[in-house]
Amino acid sequence: MTLLQPSEFSTKIRSPDQPLLRVEDLTRRYGPRIGCAEVSFDLYPGEVLGIVGESGSGKSTLLSCLAGHQRPDLGRIAYDGRDVLAMTETERRRLSRTDWAYVHQNPRDGLRMGVSAGGNVGERLMAVGARHYGDIRAKAVDWLGRVEIAADRVDDRPTAFSGGMQQRLQIARNLVTGPRLVFMDEPTGGLDVSVQARLLDLLRGLVRDLGLSVIIVTHDLAVVRLLAHRLMVMKSGRVVEQGLTDQVLDDPQHAYTQLLVSSVLQV
Amino acid sequence: MIRAMIHIESLSKSFTLHNQGGAVIPVMAGACLSVAPGECVGLTGQSGAGKSTLMRMVYGNYLAASGRLRVGEVDVASAEPREIIALRRHTLGYVSQFLRVVPRVPTLDVVAEPLLALGTPADQARNRAASLLERLNIPERLWTLSPTTFSGGEQQRVNIARGFAHTYPALLLDEPTASLDAANREVVLTLIEEAKARGAAILGIFHDEAARARVCDRLVDVTGFTPRAAA
Repeated sequence: MTLLQPSEFSTKIRSPDQPLLRVEDLTRRYGPRIGCAEVSFDLYPGEVLGIVGESGSGKSTLLSCLAGHQRPDLGRIAYDGRDVLAMTETERRRLSRTDWAYVHQNPRDGLRMGVSAGGNVGERLMAVGARHYGDIRAKAVDWLGRVEIAADRVDDRPTAFSGGMQQRLQIARNLVTGPRLVFMDEPTGGLDVSVQARLLDLLRGLVRDLGLSVIIVTHDLAVVRLLAHRLMVMKSGRVVEQGLTDQVLDDPQHAYTQLLVSSVLQV
Repeated sequence: MIRAMIHIESLSKSFTLHNQGGAVIPVMAGACLSVAPGECVGLTGQSGAGKSTLMRMVYGNYLAASGRLRVGEVDVASAEPREIIALRRHTLGYVSQFLRVVPRVPTLDVVAEPLLALGTPADQARNRAASLLERLNIPERLWTLSPTTFSGGEQQRVNIARGFAHTYPALLLDEPTASLDAANREVVLTLIEEAKARGAAILGIFHDEAARARVCDRLVDVTGFTPRAAA
């Protein structure tokens, strides 16, 4: 398989005018309860969309519907012009191995803890058809380097890594196949502040250099301010406000957003 | 006549405080202003008169309530977020009074970032960043450190270097010479003059009167845009 070089990839998609993902009226109910309702948005190549809201606001339900982990009751999802909900299971799985990636809050959910760091990254490559051991290992080492994991740790298992390192390994495992759309569920949650900063810098660089589109769910407004271009605020399963990240945070229009923003403790 | 780079017509703004009894606070009404390429317009008026509010609206940071607001070819008042993102990337720079960056990122990369976002090769972007930091007298030994630990004046200069890294056709400057010593103030004023000479349209707030007199072609008093208290 061939992966585009970062530079080649980013020029290819630098001036995009078609949405990569188009979501219309997405609704997911749990019996009488609303998971998320009537969510619509477009995501363009190279854009980072933040979704914020308190626990139970529906942001995780929305993310799992988008990533295909749950099936929405109503609505449409088009990825690169293709109807995702009309795809067969095989097609959708192929998409999640090639074009999409999912970074879990807990690295243990996204890694294979019994396999070496290099194996965790190489496995993704093999799943999309890479067979040459030398190439796979070289690419794995390259990606571990990009997420700042030293080459001499390539044969160690993730159980020997710190939380921050495990999270970086999960990111390498996800990005090695050159996805275009990355779903992230609280990727910096549970990490020390200093580790968070390093991860944020890494993610910003990857978004910029690879032209990734990202949907990131978090409750941390400081993280979205630094990472997301656009922001969606959810409450009780519905989007109450969306717009440019700094505009939503500095000039919130909805009562709930105003409450959310004014409740953040200043340091 | 040359088409204005920044054009504002009967712009208004109010804040609605939903969690404080739904109080509506009008902060601006009937704002009109335009800035031509190569021109620097200074905003004046007392503290609280709405200078920063107007700048933030031009940058798309505050939503306009009504009126027209155009920067380059983009109608900021009605643009989609992605149009404003592109505008900020290519056309409209902003030097605010506060440095907001990811902690632990080296100063050199903080300054190079606007160029990297435009797809400039990393070495070229860093060279440009280095030459600006040098001009602004940030010692080279600090370049690999995060600016979050710097003094106020140093942070201000890093912010200015970042704002001038890309040659934006339009620039917003919020007190660019505040908290600078004479030598650095001179560097910043020269940067502004150079930007004007290459055709940048600049809208700024300058409390430093001598600086204002030197770089501004016109002054606009925003007191005229302050809504009168309802009778």
